[in-house]
Amino acid sequence: MEIIMAVLAGLLFATAIYNLLQKQILRIIIGTVLLSHGAHLFILTMGKLKRGDPPIIVEGAGPFTDPLPQALILTSIVISFGVTSFLLVLAYRASTLNKTDNMEELRGSEHE
Amino acid sequence: MIYAVFAPLIITLLIPLLSKWKERVHTGWFILPVPILIFIYFVQFVGENFTPHSESYSWIPSLNISIDFYLDGLSLLFVLLISGIGSLVVLYSIYYLHKSEQLKQFYIYLYIFMFSMLGVVLSDNVFVLYSFWEFTSLSSFLLIGYWHYRERSRYGALKSMLITVFGGLSLFGGLITLSVITETTSIQAMIEQKDLIVNHSLFPLILVFILLGAFTKSAQFPFHIWLPDAMEAPTPVSAYLHSATMVKAGIFLVARFSPILGGEPSFFIIVSLFGIVTLFWASFMAVRQTDLKGILAFSTVSQLGMIMAMLGFGTDVAIFAAVFHILNHATFKGSLFMIAGIVDHETGTRDVRKLGGLMTFMPMSATLALFGVFSMAGVPLPFFNGFYSKELFFESAIDLPGFSGAFVEFLQQAIPYIAVIGSIFTFVYSMYLFFSTFRGKYKEHELKTKPHEAPLGMLISPSILVLGVILIGLFPNMVNESFLAHAATAVFGDGFHAHEVKFWHGWESPALRMSLIVVGVGTILAITRKKWTSVYTVFPRRLSFNELYNYIVDSIEKGSTKITETYMTGSIRHYVSYILGSILIITGAILFITNGVTIEFDDLAPITIPEILVGLTMAIAAIASIFTNNRLSLIIIVGVVGYGLSVLFVIYRAPDLALTQLIVETVTVALFLLCFKHLPELKNLPSHPGVKSINFLISVGFGVLVTLIGISSHSSKLFSPISEYFIEESVPLGGGHNVVNVILVDMRGLDTLFEITVLGIAALAIYALIKLRHDKEAK
Repeated sequence: MEIIMAVLAGLLFATAIYNLLQKQILRIIIGTVLLSHGAHLFILTMGKLKRGDPPIIVEGAGPFTDPLPQALILTSIVISFGVTSFLLVLAYRASTLNKTDNMEELRGSEHE
Repeated sequence: MIYAVFAPLIITLLIPLLSKWKERVHTGWFILPVPILIFIYFVQFVGENFTPHSESYSWIPSLNISIDFYLDGLSLLFVLLISGIGSLVVLYSIYYLHKSEQLKQFYIYLYIFMFSMLGVVLSDNVFVLYSFWEFTSLSSFLLIGYWHYRERSRYGALKSMLITVFGGLSLFGGLITLSVITETTSIQAMIEQKDLIVNHSLFPLILVFILLGAFTKSAQFPFHIWLPDAMEAPTPVSAYLHSATMVKAGIFLVARFSPILGGEPSFFIIVSLFGIVTLFWASFMAVRQTDLKGILAFSTVSQLGMIMAMLGFGTDVAIFAAVFHILNHATFKGSLFMIAGIVDHETGTRDVRKLGGLMTFMPMSATLALFGVFSMAGVPLPFFNGFYSKELFFESAIDLPGFSGAFVEFLQQAIPYIAVIGSIFTFVYSMYLFFSTFRGKYKEHELKTKPHEAPLGMLISPSILVLGVILIGLFPNMVNESFLAHAATAVFGDGFHAHEVKFWHGWESPALRMSLIVVGVGTILAITRKKWTSVYTVFPRRLSFNELYNYIVDSIEKGSTKITETYMTGSIRHYVSYILGSILIITGAILFITNGVTIEFDDLAPITIPEILVGLTMAIAAIASIFTNNRLSLIIIVGVVGYGLSVLFVIYRAPDLALTQLIVETVTVALFLLCFKHLPELKNLPSHPGVKSINFLISVGFGVLVTLIGISSHSSKLFSPISEYFIEESVPLGGGHNVVNVILVDMRGLDTLFEITVLGIAALAIYALIKLRHDKEAK
């Protein structure tokens, strides 16, 4: 199963990066979102999959899946959420201000 | 000794205060005593029983760098030149520069120069030597660009800076190599390890590095091109730096390292060859110049070439002649520059074609110039010191050291002839310099002002120098034993015997015959000069070294602009491609080089249908995200991937993750939907098929790479995870049953603290981004 998940993570990375390399700002943000999904899946896969119960200690449960990658992913989800929402607002502001969402046209000023 | 070296530096701190009174008293008067006192201090060392002195002051002991001063005969010669001519130049500049000039800057730069030059010649530690060396380059740069509002000054300053610093850095490389090989930083200690250095495999490198430094500083062929352009500096600077002191720093360096590097055929070949070529080429080119200072600049280059050649010969006569000529050249060239300055000052031009017949107007200057010029030409009369060193030069050129080898033998044959031809041109330009300035017809309409004799104060310094010319000319052995012999010993090593300089060697002496040929042929050429100067038009100016320098500087500028413009396109896509592409290549290459790809099927979770279905859905959605051109469907597609991921979290027993992912995905999708109304429509922006395929390659490559890394690292687990500890201690230590939550807030609580901070900052930033409008939109 881990191999299939690794392939899926790779696929997510590939599509994410293809989106990242596009011109429109919205696509680029979509790319980052897909990238973080891929990364989360990757971390989860690297801990072993499905080796027991959820890591909640109750009577009769066990063995448990690895809790550490889960904690890491949880942190990561929240951070990438913060970044994504900021990026979105940034994109909104940038495109209203510059009247374009084409990154190829956003080249800075002449006298940089 | 340290006070003597640092005195000029210390006085520079006071110059800004002193120059407040420049309305009444010229700043130069205040600081004139400094070089005089230094001169007096060092003159005390002169004597037949001179022995080297050394002083040491700690600077950076951990790097074995200390300020070591070592005063031997060679240093003494140079410090006396520096302080002596320095005093005269300061005196001269008081009359030369008007009070309305930026005197403060001038004297600060000049004294920094004096300080660094004293440091160069006295340092025994190679790194301290190098520091002072670069200080001379820097202060020379500032002095050449003194009239910074002139374009030519800035050009000359930059040129000299580039060339001398290039050489300086190469010198630094040589010095580092030397100190690494010998494990010492002291030059005197290196001399004791001569055998080790000479037989070391890096010896050719050291030789080239150090000589490159010396040749650039001393304006040797083909690095001589900066010196004529440095003539844009005020004349006192030209007289001081570019004839008597700084350009001799390279000579000093070669002389100083002669005991280490000398005595080798390679040293003889390089130094003599470059010296003699410089001598010839510069004296040949000097005749072509029309500017007084231009002639003097090429003449300086030529004389430096002569000294360099003699250092290359390395015989005891040659070393003595070199040392002798250093002194002689400083006296007559210094005075000639000062007189050129006087002529410029009193007539308003330095163009030889406009000058003429000034003898009647400026008899004093003309007399002084006569002595300087005839001494420079080496006219065999007993009151021109230049004659003696030139004759010694001829003598040493005939009696070259006996190395064997085809090229060396050719060089031994050729050097005397080149020496004579070069000296003939020296004679020609000297005569040209003097006669076209002071004799001939007076061209009244060419000059803006009526020429008149310079003020007496301006004439003092050249007079003193010319007095030196005559005194040494009349009594050539005056400073021999007590002074020059010590300097020559420092270069040649023990076993040097002082020569008695004689005016008359008898008709049998080949050197005298060579001198006579020089004077004879030189006179003929000087008289017929106008008939053969068309020779110079045979070489078009395009083929000069100046053009080469300009071309190099230009093409470096243009080339780097071009290169930067090719890759710094301003397009984010390009930069992302560079980053991802290099990650891809480097990581991929390492993965394959180290045989990192392994696949292990033993320790895998079983495959079940639900996961496959969810995974398939996610894969389809992800791929579809590329092809859709509808904003709404794009957002929903990403939502599908996110929710799919949360389902996977459920399947893989991660309830907290699934919960968070669900909420976050919902909020994210909501945000996207909120934003999308304000974003422009998705357009199918056309892109080049090449661009598309590159994008495709990079993304597929990256996907494959991630997959490979995932599989390989899963297949090669090196040690068991530490999670057993978390699971065991969650209840007893953390007091919680949900292990993930205990990790988040208890065991690794710090992560959570900053994750909260991240969210807070993001929220604040979003608020600020929406609220703050200091742009045109707000207006």
